[in-house]
Amino acid sequence: MITKVVSNVQKALEGVADNMTLMIGGFGLCGIPENSIAELVAKGTKNLTCISNNAGVDNFGLGLLLQKKQIKKMISSYVGENDEFERQMLSGELEVDLIPQGSLAERCRAGGAGIPAFYTPAGFGTEVAVGKEVREFNGKAHILESALTADFAIVKAWKGDHAGNLIFKATAKNFNPVMAMAGKITIAEVEELVPVGELSPNEIHTPGIFVQRIFKGELFEKRIEQRTVQSIL
Amino acid sequence: MLDKIGIAKRIAQELKDNTYVNLGIGIPTLVANYVPKGISVEFQSENGVLGMGPFPFEGQEDADLINAGKQTITALDGAVYFDSATSFAMIRGKHVQLTVLGAMEVSEKGDIANWKIPGKMVKGMGGAMDLVASAENIIVAMMHTNKKGESKILTKCSLPLTGVSCVKKIITNLAVLEVMPQGGFKLLERAPGVSVEQIKSATEGSLLIQGSIPEMQLH
Repeated sequence: MITKVVSNVQKALEGVADNMTLMIGGFGLCGIPENSIAELVAKGTKNLTCISNNAGVDNFGLGLLLQKKQIKKMISSYVGENDEFERQMLSGELEVDLIPQGSLAERCRAGGAGIPAFYTPAGFGTEVAVGKEVREFNGKAHILESALTADFAIVKAWKGDHAGNLIFKATAKNFNPVMAMAGKITIAEVEELVPVGELSPNEIHTPGIFVQRIFKGELFEKRIEQRTVQSIL
Repeated sequence: MLDKIGIAKRIAQELKDNTYVNLGIGIPTLVANYVPKGISVEFQSENGVLGMGPFPFEGQEDADLINAGKQTITALDGAVYFDSATSFAMIRGKHVQLTVLGAMEVSEKGDIANWKIPGKMVKGMGGAMDLVASAENIIVAMMHTNKKGESKILTKCSLPLTGVSCVKKIITNLAVLEVMPQGGFKLLERAPGVSVEQIKSATEGSLLIQGSIPEMQLH
């Protein structure tokens, strides 16, 4: 089997440089590649274009890169939890492309799947449609959206094997599988790294063919954004 | 006049047996607490879970299991997890029968604005544009007027749009309204204790009032 294992996060991020476009998995703080983000902060890599559904919170997730002004442009669908993001955006310091979440997911999938563009009804008649081709299908207007790819896609998984096969846990899956497909180089950080043969082919979510480097993350804080509980009556 | 819970309870009456439902953040999430007895509904959350359950008990929160509003949740027996492209395939492919979401403004043509106040609030649209562009059945949960008492039920939306000609039914703290195919709102029900006059003066868009308007029946 082709092996993808690298020994640590430094090796995993070798070659990630200024001005690059990165895809970062996760939804809110759920399923984010925490160790890789911390390493990007440590490396001081700057002028980055980040494609990620959200921007983290002020002091965790991508918010850490925003605080250090390492991001030049964000491509996201929702940035509401991050005041620093909103501030940088409203002041013009940060370039932002807000795109519908479904279109973001499908553009990443298409990027990994060799589909250069596709039509979707989402956003027709809104700001999102400006400058885009429109075509009618079944009597309904659709806009043309193009595929997204990245120099590096950095994803987080629950388990991975030496061949780069990945399994995700619960809603920490979210954008990770589609971004894994779309990176020129995909880096996977996992909680459990096992030898080939331990993950059943029936249970693998993302085939290792999409993954170029895999490493075991040293520490996962797994911060909860909104701890909501019901009381025992 | 209804509070947020009252609106959620009235919306829950619209749930149909054996359907898949997506609930937006805010008031819509409360609908899950009032599913009528005897009907089976499965809740889909755009971030990748079907069969969403109630909030966990204290000490059982799982950081890997959240809803679209980033709140910790549980999953019921029969639940399933999937990636974001599959999630929006369910939404765009019309496999979800009902979408409930909030709004800042709705127009009498069925346009909806709920993601941006230029220069002031630009949180982003999240999954809202996909949801409104594709759903067969959209119910909007909202306050009838804003904090300044200005109507949010308008002739034309002033804020950047989320979708066009897509809203069919609106449930507010004052009323149940329908958007008619030819345009214009039709008043269907009054909130408990609310008069037709109150609703008329809170509605800027054109409002059709036919016959006597019944009061919402909430238990």
